[in-house]
Amino acid sequence: MPNITIDGQTLEVKEGDNILQACLNAGLDLPYFCWHPAMGSIGSCRQCALVQYQNPSDERGRIVMGCMTQVTDGARFSLDANNAVEFREAVVESLMLNHPHDCPVCAEGGECHLQDMTVMVGHRDRRYRGKKNTHRNQYLGPLIHHEMNRCITCYRCERFYRDYAGGTDLGAQASRDRLYFGRQQDGILESEFSGNLVEVCPTGVFTDKPFLADFSRKWDLQSAPSICGGCGVGCNIAPGERYGRLKRVHNRYHNDINGYFICDRGRFGNSYVNADQRIDYAGIQDADGRFTAVDQASAIDTAGVWLKSAKIGGIGSPRASLEANFLLQTWVGADQFSSGIADIERATVDRQLQILQSTRAINPSIKQMELADAVLILGEDLTHTAARVALALRQAVRNKSLAMAKQMGLPSWQDAAVRNLAQDALSPLFVVTSYTSRLDDIAQRTVTLAPDEIAEFGRQLAARLQGEPAQSPLIEELASSLAAAERPLIISGSSMLQSNIIDAGAAIAEALCLDNPQTMLSLTAPESNTVGAAMLAHANNLSLEGMVERAVELDVLVILENDLTRRLDAVSMQKLVDSGTKIIALDVIENATVEHANMVLPAASFAESQGTLINHEGRAQRFFPVFPPAEQRLPSWQWLLQLAALSGNSQLAALTQFDQVVDACAASQPAFAHLNEVAPDRRFRDRGQKIPRQTHRYSGRTAINAGVSVHEPQQPVDHETPLAFSMEGLNRDQPSTLIPFVWSPGWNSNHALQKFQAEVDGPLKGGHSGVHVLVSSANGIDHPGAAVGNAPTDLWQLVPVHRLHGSEELSARSDEIAELAGDAFIALNAETAGQLEVAEGDRLKVIANGDSVSLAVKIVDRMAVGCAGYSYGYAATRGLIAGAGADLQRDTDWRPPQPSLIATDRQSMAVDRGSPHV
Amino acid sequence: MTQQPIQTDLNSVLSHEEIHAIDAELSHVPYKSGAAIDALKIVQERRGWVSDDCLMAIARHLDMSAEQMEGIATFYNLIYRRPVGEKVILFCDSVSCWICDCDGIKAKISQYLQIDYGETTTDNRYTLLPVPCLGACDRAPVMMVGDELITDLDDARIELLFGTHNEARTD
Amino acid sequence: MEPVLTRNIGPERYPTNLAAYQANHGYRGLRKALTEMSADDCQAVVKNSSLRGRGGAGFPTGMKWSFVPRGDACTPGHKYLVCNADEMEPGTFKDRLLMECDPHQLIEGMILAAYTIGADIAYIFIRGEYLVAIQRLRDAIAECYASGYLGERILGSDFNLQMYVHPSAGRYICGEETALINALEGKRANPRAKPPFPQVSGLWGRPTIVNNVETLCNIPHIIDRGADWFKTLGIGEDSGTKLFGVSGKVNNPGCWELPMGTPIREIIDQHAGGMRAGFQLKGFLPGGGSTDFLVPEHLDLAMDYNVIGAAGSRMGTGTMIILDDRTCPVGMVLNLIRFFAQESCGFCTPCRDGLPWSRQVLEDIENGAGRSEDLETLAYQVKYIGAIGNTHCALAPGAMEPLQSALKYFYDDFARHVNGGQCPYHNNTGAP
Ligand SMILES: Cc1cc2nc3c(=O)[nH]c(=O)nc-3n(C[C@H](O)[C@H](O)[C@H](O)COP(=O)(O)O)c2cc1C
Ligand code: SF4
Ligand code: FES
Repeated sequence: MPNITIDGQTLEVKEGDNILQACLNAGLDLPYFCWHPAMGSIGSCRQCALVQYQNPSDERGRIVMGCMTQVTDGARFSLDANNAVEFREAVVESLMLNHPHDCPVCAEGGECHLQDMTVMVGHRDRRYRGKKNTHRNQYLGPLIHHEMNRCITCYRCERFYRDYAGGTDLGAQASRDRLYFGRQQDGILESEFSGNLVEVCPTGVFTDKPFLADFSRKWDLQSAPSICGGCGVGCNIAPGERYGRLKRVHNRYHNDINGYFICDRGRFGNSYVNADQRIDYAGIQDADGRFTAVDQASAIDTAGVWLKSAKIGGIGSPRASLEANFLLQTWVGADQFSSGIADIERATVDRQLQILQSTRAINPSIKQMELADAVLILGEDLTHTAARVALALRQAVRNKSLAMAKQMGLPSWQDAAVRNLAQDALSPLFVVTSYTSRLDDIAQRTVTLAPDEIAEFGRQLAARLQGEPAQSPLIEELASSLAAAERPLIISGSSMLQSNIIDAGAAIAEALCLDNPQTMLSLTAPESNTVGAAMLAHANNLSLEGMVERAVELDVLVILENDLTRRLDAVSMQKLVDSGTKIIALDVIENATVEHANMVLPAASFAESQGTLINHEGRAQRFFPVFPPAEQRLPSWQWLLQLAALSGNSQLAALTQFDQVVDACAASQPAFAHLNEVAPDRRFRDRGQKIPRQTHRYSGRTAINAGVSVHEPQQPVDHETPLAFSMEGLNRDQPSTLIPFVWSPGWNSNHALQKFQAEVDGPLKGGHSGVHVLVSSANGIDHPGAAVGNAPTDLWQLVPVHRLHGSEELSARSDEIAELAGDAFIALNAETAGQLEVAEGDRLKVIANGDSVSLAVKIVDRMAVGCAGYSYGYAATRGLIAGAGADLQRDTDWRPPQPSLIATDRQSMAVDRGSPHV
Repeated sequence: MTQQPIQTDLNSVLSHEEIHAIDAELSHVPYKSGAAIDALKIVQERRGWVSDDCLMAIARHLDMSAEQMEGIATFYNLIYRRPVGEKVILFCDSVSCWICDCDGIKAKISQYLQIDYGETTTDNRYTLLPVPCLGACDRAPVMMVGDELITDLDDARIELLFGTHNEARTD
Repeated sequence: MEPVLTRNIGPERYPTNLAAYQANHGYRGLRKALTEMSADDCQAVVKNSSLRGRGGAGFPTGMKWSFVPRGDACTPGHKYLVCNADEMEPGTFKDRLLMECDPHQLIEGMILAAYTIGADIAYIFIRGEYLVAIQRLRDAIAECYASGYLGERILGSDFNLQMYVHPSAGRYICGEETALINALEGKRANPRAKPPFPQVSGLWGRPTIVNNVETLCNIPHIIDRGADWFKTLGIGEDSGTKLFGVSGKVNNPGCWELPMGTPIREIIDQHAGGMRAGFQLKGFLPGGGSTDFLVPEHLDLAMDYNVIGAAGSRMGTGTMIILDDRTCPVGMVLNLIRFFAQESCGFCTPCRDGLPWSRQVLEDIENGAGRSEDLETLAYQVKYIGAIGNTHCALAPGAMEPLQSALKYFYDDFARHVNGGQCPYHNNTGAP
């Protein structure tokens, strides 16, 4: 490892790093803007300047950019040299010439990297007397607010949006001091990762629009470490609350999973927590179908009467915590319990679990996936089913260019140079799906096949890899590419609801493993705790359909956080309702299932409760309450403990605290043995204190109630977690699982993160977080699953089309996501549309299983022959079943609804494109 | 300038001849986007400027996004994103011409044509734009009117060129 | 002196066609190289000739070419030669002449350069306003294809070369070689960070040489007549001849081919005919708008790279701009800074925002609104923006050169503006 000297201090630094990284690693505060740990250097802002001396006798040295200068053994630098200090201040002074100084009204204020750097370089007095340049702002959709005047031209937005995330509709325009970052014209940003602009922009150009409408300063937010419930990936998030409202979600760094970036569902899909449709009170349904609100005590009383020596069934949920599911199953008994997943999905999920428990392939983290040098995707439109994985694959395909750079001695952080060298050279990515995927643009080859054909294609590929002759040149191409790779990655999952596709993916990975132990196999999971629910499942469990049959024998059925109407057809649902069993539903928000319940219990959302979720790789992670549940709400695990006690269940009687539930769950099966290591328990103290959820500057706790009383109420006490609803305590050296927000003296922005990292872009100082509970025996997959036959002959085969915005239950209840989700649709390729004589926006009647639903036509680039895609998870498409046959008929009765005027903040804003040359 | 969402069918914006010319450029670049600037120039040569419709049609033809194309179009001085007159006057305001009093000449032009930099005469004949040094400093001050380089400018010359402009317009 | 680069250029500036060019020993160098010399031989001759780049930086051409990977050191694929014909440096008007009047000379130089470095594709990146030159080059290239000087198996050898003219869409920064490469790739012309140098990773990521028009025009003669002959042409330290130019208030502004090392006084007094009546020489930029002012005391210096460098300026493009005693030095610097601020690509902070800041200060001073602290601010800006390495490319440091030297030589003029609250030259000339 090279040694360098900085202001007389000798440092051992990492080979190949640049000086900026070396300084930050050494804890030295070298300001910067354009550099980003995940995106490398371009040398545009010139902020990270320091002085380098050529030789031992060089006294003057010359200014170099830290981010563009590679460390070499023996090199000598100074951060403190006068000219370096003066230069860095001059850079900020220049950046400030046109900056509006609107910090008091800027959403970035108080967590602004520009503010931090301005203070850091000591710039105070303004000498510029000229006019400031101004720009027009654009309407960028419901998620992102645009305020161009604040721009300091660091290029990070463009580099993230375009280079990192593959977006095309945002970029640099004009030039010189008229540079403009935006779209070609007003319009909704198309990237599913647009929200990261909020964190990537070092100032307030791109801000979180919903947050802006309901704003708090960072220092007034109460935050807790949390896990996104948006999909099976389990990105780490840091939600912030104020006055009982969930205000915003920021990325929470996890080195192996989400790194610095999350998708827009994760960032913007949580405002359902504040929705009017949240269930506030317990309710009991009268004979006439009306709910009467009751308080917790009377709800419990009534439930007590119902449960007394009753026959009780329970339906769990793949979106509820492991602990809640565990409690319900333990309480009602495995043979009266259903994990709450319908058969069609359970088949894929169970198969998935078996595969991951036995495969020889590596079950990779996202970080590992980024290292793949050849990728095959089978049946998944990842951007919509596991968005963060898709973002990782956009990095993986760059491995070829990184290899080219390495060969030339170019460090990977020389971002622009690497891109110039490699141009569009990409590592191979093969996308085999039934319809257009959002990764098609970087695919070496896309293959469009009906679901069963995908499985067959995969089977043939696996056979070829096991030594049989290739059935087609295409198979040969894929096989040789994957076999030649050092770290091939196969991705499949359950989004098509067909286990034979997963089997095929697994078979390919197994075949590759014969020669290459570095082979990776990753399977997406549909919901945040699908894997947890599947792992909890017991052989005696009922299927969801089985539970419908069983219901007539039950006195009470407890449904845990599950809208069954999303999983059961209307007939089955009605059957359940008509069974005569009393239904007690616990949920966070009103839905079609709750409407049928005899009693509704208001459950705390993820933001008000804690629990463990197991992600697609089998990693158990803990989320913590950001704020206490409003008065009548309780976390499901608490409701369940109370209900269980009423029914006289002795097994759970001893449990009162969350940690005890975790212990009990850990004891329930060997796989969960380490569950209590997922996060420190409630007794954890850092130097005698709990971890504060509030910043040291947290202010005005009483302000909102000042009209009533200015006395500060007693802060709630958190008895269940190592975190406190308080600003007292340290937020410094705790285990990584317990970092509620990042802040460090002088670093108010999210760049304070580097003070929590053991090294730049590396793991957190507080160690790994999460525990792998799913460990493979590596014995290999024994028998292929049974093939599912589909494709009825003269009907269209329905395939589920997943949408990041719209397909997931809870996020779709957030206003902005709902706006982006749009209408339910039926997706066809142009040829089929021609055949049916419909165009985009026309309507088709989709007739399946005797039901008919009218859907808007959407034309997609790719759709397998004989297939039609339906927007999965939308209310209007609930009756449709993946793989079923459907008749499609032009809907001539349908009339477009009267255009309703939707109030947006769209103004007649145009890009300032500068004049031709003035 | 307020932008309306483009409703035009982009496939029909470019003429066959334009597409043909663009495709000829494509034949010697390894990536389609490599012909972006040539394509913009080809279209502008025939239409005087590059409208939003054209910009997007070119972008589509080259598999680029409108944003990428706009980023390029707005970077270069000689791509006009607003309509210009029949002839563009590229008036050199760089140092050698300045020493030789190009400012005075420019004032004369503005007086005759009643336009300032960035403006077009009401009869749409001329647009006046400043241009960096035209590489004819030994014959300063200089300008280009349309395709023609005009050197050794003085008041008399300007009067000869533009002196009757307004009168001509009145008939 | 026997003209070399301008031997085909008469006072009427008629262009030569292929026949005329050939008649005057045109393509003799190329024939010689392709029949008698290996690429390495050519490389050695160019290196020995001590030819230095005429684009402004004066980098030794042979050395630059030697960085291009050859043989096994080069990954398979194209290599490129690019002629930098963007000529936009204020006060520079030499490449236009060479291209308009003797296009074949440039093309022969390019074919030879491409042969030497092993390039199979060549571009002439020419500024879009040079319509005449564009047309003449295109015509000349067509003649070359027709006569076997370009295309496959040139003159029966194994050497192939395609050549294209790429008219720029206009931007001064396109003259910076890495920005030029981005422009050729159809991108925004932001300069690239170096290393990697274009010689190893340039156009489309492939090895690329960028040379100025005048540099390339020397090549046929060097190959044809040898390095030693070329060295004898210079009368000072440097070899060869050079197009020198003078603009401003002189009697006979123009551009002449003269030996390297010709004294400045000779160029101004003899060739440019001295100052116009009523005007005194106050200072001059020796090589275009981004070089430092020199003053009358420097008149006896030879136009050689190191000599001009030692005097605190740069040879640049060798085309001088004369500041006379009735033209306001502050106004002149303001004009230049305005140009550079306007032409900044906007990529890096000191240039994008620093230059407009300098412009604002200069505007205030020139308009009589200057304050005494403004001169300190200007000095501060020179230090901040002007050092190579502080900015991403050389545009901004170049922009600071006239300002820094004006503050050195004409400080009184600045002070008079500030103290008097107006431009003292205002009434003397037409300057603002
Ligand atoms: C801002 C800027 C503008 C330039 N413009 C030109 C130009 O117009 N023509 C040119 O030949 N070189 C120009 N150069 C120099 C080129 O970058 C490069 O050094 C030159 O083309 C190399 O050719 P040579 O080695 O033959 O001199 C410019 C440099 C800078 C920094
Ligand atoms: S110095 Fe100026 S022209 Fe050069 S990269 Fe920086 S902003 Fe662009
Ligand atoms: S962070 Fe180094 S130049 Fe921007």
